Amino acid sequence: MKLTTFMTGAAVALGLATSGIAADKTKVGFVYVGPVGDGGWTYEHNEGRLAVEEAFGDKVETVFVENVAEGPDSERVMTQMALNGADLIFTTSFGYMDPTINVAAKFPNVKFEHATGYKTADNVSVYSARFYEGRAIQGHIAGKMTKSNIVGYIGSFPIPEVIRGINSAFIHARKVNPDVQFKIVWAYTWFDPAKEADAAKVLIEQGADVVLQHTDSTAPQAAAQKAGNVITFGQASDMAQYGPLPRVSSIIDNWAPYYIERTKAVMDGTWTTSNRWDGISAGMVGIGEISSAVPADVKAEALALRDAIANGSYHPFTGPLKKQDGSDWLAAGEVADDGTLAGMSFYVEGIEGDIPQ
Amino acid sequence: MDISVINPILLVAALMGAATPILLAATGELVVERAGVLNLGVEGMMIIGAICGFAVAVETGSPLTGFVAAAIGGAALSLVFAFLTQVTLANQVASGLALTLFGLGLSALLGQSYVGVKPPKFDDLDLGALGEIPVLGPILFSHDIVLYFALALVAAVWLVLRFTRFGLLLRAVGENHDAAHALGYKVVRLRVLAIMFGGACAGVGGAYISLVRVPQWTEGMTAGVGWIALALVVFASWKPWRVLLGAYLFGGITQLQLNLQGAGVAIPVEYLAMSPYLITILVLVILSADKSAAPASLGRSFHASN
Repeated sequence: MKLTTFMTGAAVALGLATSGIAADKTKVGFVYVGPVGDGGWTYEHNEGRLAVEEAFGDKVETVFVENVAEGPDSERVMTQMALNGADLIFTTSFGYMDPTINVAAKFPNVKFEHATGYKTADNVSVYSARFYEGRAIQGHIAGKMTKSNIVGYIGSFPIPEVIRGINSAFIHARKVNPDVQFKIVWAYTWFDPAKEADAAKVLIEQGADVVLQHTDSTAPQAAAQKAGNVITFGQASDMAQYGPLPRVSSIIDNWAPYYIERTKAVMDGTWTTSNRWDGISAGMVGIGEISSAVPADVKAEALALRDAIANGSYHPFTGPLKKQDGSDWLAAGEVADDGTLAGMSFYVEGIEGDIPQ
Repeated sequence: MDISVINPILLVAALMGAATPILLAATGELVVERAGVLNLGVEGMMIIGAICGFAVAVETGSPLTGFVAAAIGGAALSLVFAFLTQVTLANQVASGLALTLFGLGLSALLGQSYVGVKPPKFDDLDLGALGEIPVLGPILFSHDIVLYFALALVAAVWLVLRFTRFGLLLRAVGENHDAAHALGYKVVRLRVLAIMFGGACAGVGGAYISLVRVPQWTEGMTAGVGWIALALVVFASWKPWRVLLGAYLFGGITQLQLNLQGAGVAIPVEYLAMSPYLITILVLVILSADKSAAPASLGRSFHASN
């Protein structure tokens, strides 16, 4: 895989070198962790890239490199993009955090935008979506619809973003179903369809009739479909092709408005470091159509929950809540602050098992 | 923690499925390497097989036709490698790596209109009363035909390599191509055949992922299985039954570690995640203490004029 990315990087470098430098064009680069055809996470980032092209037409040029391994390899890809005249580079996976900071230090005139991370610099912004708001709705539907009271969860890496999603889903599943249990399997990959399918099958064999995923491919959906009587939720992208069963709803990431806004800021020279974290209200997180497989009353409750989160009257992390070890976290009515959420590294009370360290 | 939620019968049945793509690809590569050719393009041939098999299965509605197409696709791609290394005498390592990159790119192109498409269902073989036997039934007699084919293939490769004249010839070409040539055997022709066989096996292995294991098409979906197959051949000392053992060990521990995680066993997940690689390598290294050596001409180019 590393060699693949090396070659793609080299190919991109060649392509850029021959295309010449058009002085008045703003060049925007995108670094992707998976293929644009993954049907999930990377697919939506690429839709955002296409929206930027659509919005600015001739005034913008976009480049992207897909399947870039997290870690040192990504640093080389970013360096290459910066050397080739990119004005703005979006690095779209958590594992690109340190590489982005390192490369940004070497290219002070290039703006960087890192997705889902927390380290900023003069020319590095971070942005993410409040996926946990969507997870709350998934948790609600999962808690209502499970018959075995076992919900399977395919985690990718034990990072705050993923743990936040698990906690949010669990809190809202427990709220409507005190007997519900979560079984969590860590796949240690963002994208590996065979492994994701295996994880889904194992969870189903162990009794789960709801499978939530925080990995990028549609393989768990296919596995659930094959098993039958299991419901799933589209992750990052709608995954509507697996509806109405097993996929009963989804979280849809909508990066296009943000990408357009930030590209515009670079063009106007108004770009400054920022830390954007938008959710359902700003449209960065969308809730996909709740399918006909969900009973009407559950659907109505889920939609009410969505609206309450959108208009700010309800926060998914509202006390009283305790941590897994039984210690107090939030008092009744207290709402979690963004700092705690951004660095979340603990399970809430009721989840079994340990977070891998 | 509750180990009892793990069903050992389902576990063994699942590991056989998980191991099949690796087993098919590794068996094919074993024959290639025994003929003295190092083809690092297994991953590329697998992914081409995955998309060819998927596309044809979707278009014709027949998964079996898909598997045949996957074999043809894999073999066709391997012919590129055969041409480069056997006719133009290009470096085998470089050509193999190029084949992988080419296969990954070409498959993404071919597969563009197949993202999100559902393939026809591939049913398990109905073995009637055999499947009803307790314990053994679900483990041995509840699989699809390609899984049995993979097992038969290992046996066939072992038989041919060990007991037939053709197998002896193949090994002779792999051990010392100059001597084989001096005796009047067609070194290049045999090697091209072996390369095509390896390509066909890798193709079927790839299609097993896209048609049975996952089943759907996504870019890059083989995700390194080809490289594991390549490593397995070396650790298995180029012996078919050890390839089978290695593939089942790897598939088995992969399944077991997911099951243990689901059951909440208090072993750190990182150790569980690395265990398939560690244990497979360890077992095969211990087994290879009998000093089985690589085929002597492995990776060397042959031309009659030298």
